[in-house]
Amino acid sequence: MATASDAPNQGFRLSQLIYDTRYRSLTIQVVVFILVMGGMAWLIDNTVQNLQQLGKDFNFGFLFNRAGYDIGQQLIPYTNDSTHGRAMLVGLLNTLWVSLLGCVAATVLGIVIGVLRLSNNWLVGRLMTVYVEIFRNIPVLLWILVALAFLTEVTPAPAAYRVNAETGEAQASMLLFDNVAITNRYTAVPAAEFTRGLGAIETPLAPISLNFLALAAVVIASIWFNRRLVANANKVQETTGFRPVTWWKSLLILFGPAIALLVALGFHLVPPELKGFNFTGGVNVSNAFVALWLGLTLYTAAFIAEIVRAGILAISKGQTEAAFALGLRPKRTMNLVILPQALRVIVPPLISQYLNLTKNSSLAIAVGYLDLRGTLGGITLNQTGRELEAILLMMLIYLAISLTISGAMNVYNKSVKLKER
Amino acid sequence: MSDTHAQTVAYVRDTMLEPKPAPSTQTGAVKWLRDNLFSSWLNAALTVAGLLVVYLLFTHFFPWFRHSVWNADSLKECRDIITGEFGEGATGACWGVIRERWHQFMFGFYPPELYWRPVLVFVLLFVALAPILFTHLPRALLSFSAIYPLLAIWLLWGGSVWPVVMTGAGFVLGYLALKLLGNVNGIIAGIAAFAVPILFWMFAVGPIDDLLKQIVPISIQSVDSDEFGGFLLAITIGVGGIVMSLPLGIILALGRQSDMFLVKSFSVIFIEFIRGVPLITLLFVASLLLNYFLPPGTSFDIILRVMILVTLFAAAYIAEVIRGGLAALPRGQYEAADALGLDYWKAQRFIILPQALKISIPGIVSTFIGMFKDTTLVVFVGLFDPLKGIPDFIRSVFEWKGIYWEPFIFVGAIFFILNFSMSRYSMYLERKLKRDHR
Repeated sequence: MATASDAPNQGFRLSQLIYDTRYRSLTIQVVVFILVMGGMAWLIDNTVQNLQQLGKDFNFGFLFNRAGYDIGQQLIPYTNDSTHGRAMLVGLLNTLWVSLLGCVAATVLGIVIGVLRLSNNWLVGRLMTVYVEIFRNIPVLLWILVALAFLTEVTPAPAAYRVNAETGEAQASMLLFDNVAITNRYTAVPAAEFTRGLGAIETPLAPISLNFLALAAVVIASIWFNRRLVANANKVQETTGFRPVTWWKSLLILFGPAIALLVALGFHLVPPELKGFNFTGGVNVSNAFVALWLGLTLYTAAFIAEIVRAGILAISKGQTEAAFALGLRPKRTMNLVILPQALRVIVPPLISQYLNLTKNSSLAIAVGYLDLRGTLGGITLNQTGRELEAILLMMLIYLAISLTISGAMNVYNKSVKLKER
Repeated sequence: MSDTHAQTVAYVRDTMLEPKPAPSTQTGAVKWLRDNLFSSWLNAALTVAGLLVVYLLFTHFFPWFRHSVWNADSLKECRDIITGEFGEGATGACWGVIRERWHQFMFGFYPPELYWRPVLVFVLLFVALAPILFTHLPRALLSFSAIYPLLAIWLLWGGSVWPVVMTGAGFVLGYLALKLLGNVNGIIAGIAAFAVPILFWMFAVGPIDDLLKQIVPISIQSVDSDEFGGFLLAITIGVGGIVMSLPLGIILALGRQSDMFLVKSFSVIFIEFIRGVPLITLLFVASLLLNYFLPPGTSFDIILRVMILVTLFAAAYIAEVIRGGLAALPRGQYEAADALGLDYWKAQRFIILPQALKISIPGIVSTFIGMFKDTTLVVFVGLFDPLKGIPDFIRSVFEWKGIYWEPFIFVGAIFFILNFSMSRYSMYLERKLKRDHR
C-alpha cells in the first residue's frame, strides 16, 4: 500500500520566483515594470539635460502670449492680437470642422458607391469598382494635391464671372442656380442670414448664436414628441392589433416646428454676388479648405464603399429568405432583419475610417489650411521655438479626439453585441 | 395494369423534334444587355448615366492624352509643339518632364553612376522574400534572407563594409551565446543573448572596426541620406519600417493578449497612443524631438530617425493585426499546447504563432500598403518623396514651372500598380490560406 504523503515542505526558495508558475508572472511583471520605468527615466533625464544645455525650460506659458499671426478660416473670433492658446483652439476647431464635413460627405458618397457596386448593372458596377480601386491604392496626399491643383489651375478667376456689357455673356457661369461660384482663389457659397435674428450671448470663448440654440431646442423637442407618438402607436397596435397611421403626423412634428421657427426668424440664403474683383454677400470658402475636404472625402469614400459592400454581403441570403418565409414585406425585411445585422458589421470599421479621416486631416499642411497642426504645431511652434511642448500638446489633443471617437464606438459595440452564452 | 402498350396508341412520334433556337431576346448580346444593363427602368437610367460619365471623361481627357509630347525640354516648348501641331487652344500632356526627370522620381538625387546599387537591392529583395513566401524552396535560402537587411544597408548607403559586418557579428554573437548557454540555463542564456551583442556593440566594435579598416579597407562609394529621394526613399522607408516592425509588433500583440496586468497595460498604452495620433506628428517627433530624448550630443541620420518612428507606428498597427490572428485561433489550440506540456514560449513558437501569423498575412500586407502610401508624408520633414518633394523640386526650375498633371499621373500610376498588385496578392493569399472549406 502506498501511502500518500505531502510534498516535502522546503519553505520559499529564491529560484521559485522563476520556476514556480505561482510567482513567475509576478517576477516578470516586476522586471518589465523596472525596465519600462528605467527607460522612461532615461528618456526624461536626457530631455532634462538637453533642455538645460539649450537653456530652455518646459512650460506652457507661451500659450498665453500674443500670437501675432492671422488665420484664414476662424470659427470663433480671433485676431492676431489673440493668444497662442486661442490660435490653438481655432486650429482645433478647424480640424474638427473639416473632419466633420469630410465624414458626412464621405459617408454619403461611400454608401452610394458601395450600394451601386453591388447593383446588378454591369456598367455601373464596373465603374464603381474602378473608382474604389483607384482611390484606395493611391496616397491621399495625391488626391489633396490634385484637388488643390484643379482648383487653382483650372477654375476661372473671380473676374471671369463678370457679365460682359457688350455681349451680355460671362466667361464662366455659377453653379446651382447662381448660388455657388468656384474660382481659383475661393469657392463662394451662399450665407445663411436671419432678418429677425435673436442675437447672440457673448461668452469669453465664443459668441453663442441664440438662433442656433433655439433651433436646436426645437429640433430636440420635436424628436422627443415624435418618439412619444411612435411609442403611443406601438401601444395601440399591441392592444388593438391595428397600427394607427402616423407618417404624416411624424413628418409634421419633425419638420413643422423647425420650419415655422426658421420662417419666424426670417431665415434666408444670401447668394454671393460679384462686386468689383471679388464675390461678396455669401461666404468665400478658401481653396485650401475645399481641396482638403474634397481629397479626404473622395479617398475615404472609397474605403467606406468597401465597408458598406462587405457589410451587406456579410448577411447571408438565408436571412432574407427566412424573413420572407415569415411573411415580412421587403421593406420590413430590410428594416427589421437585414439592416440591424449589417450595421453591426458596418459601424465599427466605419468609425475607424472616421478616425483615419480625422488623423489624415493633418495633411492640411500640404495645402496651407491652418488646422491644429498648422497653428499649434506649425506657426506657434516656429515662433516660440517650443517644439517639445507644442508637439506633445498636439499629440495629446489628437489622442483625446481619437480616444473619444473610439470610446463612442465601444459603447455602440456593447449595445449591439450579440447576446451569447 | 400494363395492358396499355405503345401499340394500342394511335400515333407515336418516333423522331425527336429539332430544338428550336431560343427567342432572340433570350440569347446572345441582347439577353446580356437586358440582364446586365436594362433589367429595369432604374437600371436603364443608371446605364445611361454611366455611359454619360464615361463619355464625358473620355471627351475631356482623351484629346489631352492624344496630344502627348515626349520630346521637349520645357513646358513652353511642349505648348508650342502642341499649338503648332493641333492648332490654337489645343491642350496636351507634356511627358517630356518624365523623360527628362524620370530618374529623379525613381532615385532622387542618388549618383547616376551608382543606380545599379538600389536596383540590385530591389531585385535581391525578391530573392530574400522568396523563401519566406514560398515554403517549398530550399531552407538554405533563408540564411540569405537573414543577411539581406545588412547587405541592403551597405549597398544603399555605401561606405566601409566593416560597420555593417560588425553589426551582423553582434547578432551572431548573441545567437551563439543563446545556443551555448542554453544547455546550462535558459534564463542566463536569454539574458546573455541580449547583453552580449549590446556590450559588443558598445565596447568592442569601435577598436575592431578601426583595426579592420586599416588592414582590409573594403569600401564602396558612400551616399548621403539627403541624396535619397523618390520611390527609392519611399520603398526604403516602407520596407525597412515593416521589416523592423514585425518583431516588435509580435511582442506587442503577445503582450496585449497576456494575462499579466502590467505587461498588458503597457502594451495597450503604447498601441493606443501610437494609433491615436497622426503619422505626421510622429514624423515631427522624428525630426524635432528625437534629439531631445537621446543623450546630449547624439545626432544621427534623418532617414534613420524617420524609420525609427515609422517602425514604432507600423508596429502598433501590426500588433493589432496579429492580435486579430491570435484571437481567431480556436481556444483548443492553446489548450492542446498546454496539454502537451509545452511552456509559454515553446507553445507560441511551435503551435500558436505559426498559425496566427499565417492568418495575419493579408492584414500585414494591407498594413504595408497603408504604410507605403504614408511614406509620402516624409516630405513634411524635408525629405524628397516622389509625390510632392520631387515634383516641387522639378517645378522650381523655370523650364518646368507650372507642370502639375503629368507628375501626378506618373507617380499615381506607379503607386497604383504597386499597391494594386500587392492587394491582389494578399487576396490570393487569403484564398490560398483559408483552411475552413465553406
